[in-house]
Amino acid sequence: MTPIDLQEEQPTDVDRGPVLEARDLRVWYGTDRGPVRAVDGVSFALRRGEILGLVGESGCGKSTLGRGLLGLLPDGAARDGELRFDGRDMLALKPREQHAMRGRDLGMIFQEPLTRLNPLMRISEHFSETLKTHDKTISRAEIERRSLEALRTMGIPPTRFRAYPHEFSGGMRQRLMIALTLVLRPAFVVADEPTTALDVLVEAQIIRILHDLRRDYDTSLLLITHNLGIIAEACDRVAVMYAGEIVEIGEAREVFTRPRHPYTRELLRSTISLRTTGLNYIDGAPPDLVEPPAGCRFHPRCPDAMNICASRHPVDRDHGAGTRAACWATDLVQGLVTLDDHEAAPLPREEISVADEA
Amino acid sequence: MRQFLHQMWNTKGMARWILIVGVAITLVFVVFAVLAPWVAPYDFNQTKLDGVKLPKLAHPSGSYWMGTNDQFYDIYSRVVWGSRTALEVILLSVVFSGVVGLPLGLVSGFVGGWTDRILVFLMDAMYSFPSLLLAIVFSFLLRGPLGGGIVAASLSLTAIYIPQYYRVVRNTTVSAREATYVEAARALGAKPFTIMRKYLFGNVVQSVPVIGTLNAADALGTLAALGFLGLGIQPNEASEWGYDLSRALDDAQAGTWWPALFPGLAIILLITALTLVGEGLNETINPALRRRRLRPVVFPPRAAQPEETTR
Amino acid sequence: MMWVLLTIVFFLLRVAPGDPVSAAVGGKLNEQALDARRAALGLDRPMIVQYLEYLGNVVHLDFGKTISDNRPVLDIIKDQGGATLTLTLGAFVFALVIGLPLGRLAGRYRDTPLDAGIRIFGVVSYAAPIFWVGIMLVLLVVKVFPGWPTNDIGSVVTKFTVQPKTHVLLLDAMLSGNQDAVLDILKHHVLPCLTLGLLLSGVIIRLVRVNVIQAMKGDYVEAARARGIPEGRVIRKHAFRNALVPVITVIGLQIALTLSGAVLTERTFNWPGLGTELVQYVTARDYIAVQGLVTFFAIIVVIVSVLVDILNALVDPRVRY
Repeated sequence: MTPIDLQEEQPTDVDRGPVLEARDLRVWYGTDRGPVRAVDGVSFALRRGEILGLVGESGCGKSTLGRGLLGLLPDGAARDGELRFDGRDMLALKPREQHAMRGRDLGMIFQEPLTRLNPLMRISEHFSETLKTHDKTISRAEIERRSLEALRTMGIPPTRFRAYPHEFSGGMRQRLMIALTLVLRPAFVVADEPTTALDVLVEAQIIRILHDLRRDYDTSLLLITHNLGIIAEACDRVAVMYAGEIVEIGEAREVFTRPRHPYTRELLRSTISLRTTGLNYIDGAPPDLVEPPAGCRFHPRCPDAMNICASRHPVDRDHGAGTRAACWATDLVQGLVTLDDHEAAPLPREEISVADEA
Repeated sequence: MRQFLHQMWNTKGMARWILIVGVAITLVFVVFAVLAPWVAPYDFNQTKLDGVKLPKLAHPSGSYWMGTNDQFYDIYSRVVWGSRTALEVILLSVVFSGVVGLPLGLVSGFVGGWTDRILVFLMDAMYSFPSLLLAIVFSFLLRGPLGGGIVAASLSLTAIYIPQYYRVVRNTTVSAREATYVEAARALGAKPFTIMRKYLFGNVVQSVPVIGTLNAADALGTLAALGFLGLGIQPNEASEWGYDLSRALDDAQAGTWWPALFPGLAIILLITALTLVGEGLNETINPALRRRRLRPVVFPPRAAQPEETTR
Repeated sequence: MMWVLLTIVFFLLRVAPGDPVSAAVGGKLNEQALDARRAALGLDRPMIVQYLEYLGNVVHLDFGKTISDNRPVLDIIKDQGGATLTLTLGAFVFALVIGLPLGRLAGRYRDTPLDAGIRIFGVVSYAAPIFWVGIMLVLLVVKVFPGWPTNDIGSVVTKFTVQPKTHVLLLDAMLSGNQDAVLDILKHHVLPCLTLGLLLSGVIIRLVRVNVIQAMKGDYVEAARARGIPEGRVIRKHAFRNALVPVITVIGLQIALTLSGAVLTERTFNWPGLGTELVQYVTARDYIAVQGLVTFFAIIVVIVSVLVDILNALVDPRVRY
């Protein structure tokens, strides 16, 4: 696969305030065993036209966070904290107003394009339904003009406008979904693993399209993926998520070349590429989010774990070059904290193996 | 089996209540059926007391709890005796159809090939046919040689349910046959018969209680329907609720309610009870059907932030 | 499929012990006359010949003549089929009018008291014997609306005045422009159609509910929500429409249940349809009539399942050819 060099284009207007800002956002699911802390105290901000990558293992809360931003939660889930869109706190709005923002201000592109279109409705009906929902007075001519424009941008010929979803291939359906999201020109779009279900060639094409969005529409994008290659190619900044928390966030290049958090480091090491000589993996499994480990949630699997990590939660700190991370070990190395000898002593090995078996 | 009972007892929530209620009501009917001669004041075919005819269409009262019908029968006695008939027919037809359908499905699924294809075709055709019509045809055929008794009625119903056992058992067998443990047994040189008996039967038999009880509920409805059409058990052979309902038709047109109400309620109660048992068993055996219960999320107040917070 | 059913019907009724002719008219004729009847019906020929002849006749819609009253079975079907047809069609109207909205409500407001109530209604309407429901409705109507018809397809006057043309009484009344007769016949339809409709509505409620719940979990439903489509429209246009696709198939499969129910409903309301005829000929032990009518029912079952496939293709663009 030819690497796509996308890093040259830089966001044009960085000065305006953030389009989306989350502060200590929590999204929990209620179950019999107690709440599942799928997203637990996440804070980040997204500038206009910026692409933020979100990486992490399966089940770390990436998708929940993406859906939580739009308020697309299943029954029994709840949000808490602060979530500002254009300065307004969305969680303080009535459900009706939140609903109205979806599509118009906040868009979403899903992982499996094959099942995301209503099989009984023509593509044209999808577009007219979407446009009419957000503009009751829109004319038929205007609907057609805007829909065809969106389709053209995605490289879908206007002749297919009245076709049914099943007449399209997977890659085309994903482009349809993107067109359907962008026809409303939302300022912020969540793309939840948009290429996972597609083959490699189509993947590159979709990433290119997403990357061009900010040029064409000035859209901010939260790109959720477990593919670090995609982040490196397409994202300005990257956030690394572990067990419901963002453990490190910063400029993509900086994070990839100088990871601050041991989890980020291990994640990068376990990536398979042509240069890989041996396979690396992180010992153990992601923790149970009903009863997450005390202290740092990564400590049972962390090679750098110290005594303090098992008892006290690390603090989210600025580590320079625009990177923030939450890790006692890094803090110590950078001289940001001073710890006594017991706190700084390596965590005894048994505890790791116990956690391993759990 | 013991493990199965244990599993039943440990069912939680809705499924457990459904099971308990269903089993309880069914047990009441069983008690009535067994104790019928002592519980019912009259015999099911008794229209005279000491040579004097019982009153015709008497209102429900202290002496005739549910009244009498146009044939001088005491309705309460007919209802009680009817539960005996109903349970006997249900039991017989479920056992008959199981005895035929189970081995047929096992063999068909295990042997495969042409035998399997022909049987599937035949059973599917029977399954798609209206069950009542099938029962009518069979009761029509069996009336000659067997008369209008309990055995004839049970056999008429049997034909309806054979395809259902067959289908379930065959499909389970086909998928179990491909399962790794059966393959392993075959690799170890187990004979086909041993495999069928030891490995498949135990697996397949799990789903049988569910179909059995659900079919029992359906069989009761069909039995009553046959009786209602006058094609089921004859009134002098045994008391049957459906037949009593057909006698109540004309009275209902005249506004007389008691001959129709009580046998009908008995049918509904027993059908509902059996359905509940079946559904309860189904949820017990397939816990995947159960829905995860949702608890409202209460966010605890935030833990005090560590002192060095630099947010 | 059709062939398998016909073969089953034929062999069931022919292989069975007993002699059809003596069973039907045994007491009335002497031995010679019985033999003559047997020969006339071709019952003395080899089984395989009879079988092939039966199949050949069915292709030409010839279902034979009844033994007991020497009436062509096709005439019975023509004369009485109309009553059964209007009964079942009316029942489907009631079933859909009751079942679709209730099923949708139960699916949307899942696990609420409303859902529980609707589900109990569905279970009871399915568990209660249809003829008992009919009797209870009759009792209710007799008490509350004393003049309302609870019996037969039309009053004596109507049946006497309407000229038979299409053999569907309702159509005939409409064609003759007799307003009173049409109204009378419609009134007679209400109770039987409601009774049979209630039975079918139980199935529809259960099915629509499950399918709406399934469809609400559908990926395209979430995607529609993500585009800000209002919840009511999401349910109507995305969840409900997709939920209906399997419902059509299963309603079609309910043709078996419908026919069973129709036979019982006809007996309950003294309805002059095919079910009543069938029961009478079964009681008269008339093999040819039973065989002919059952054959006809089998054909209907097969035809309806083919129609359902076609209807399915019309609704679901994915099945279009």
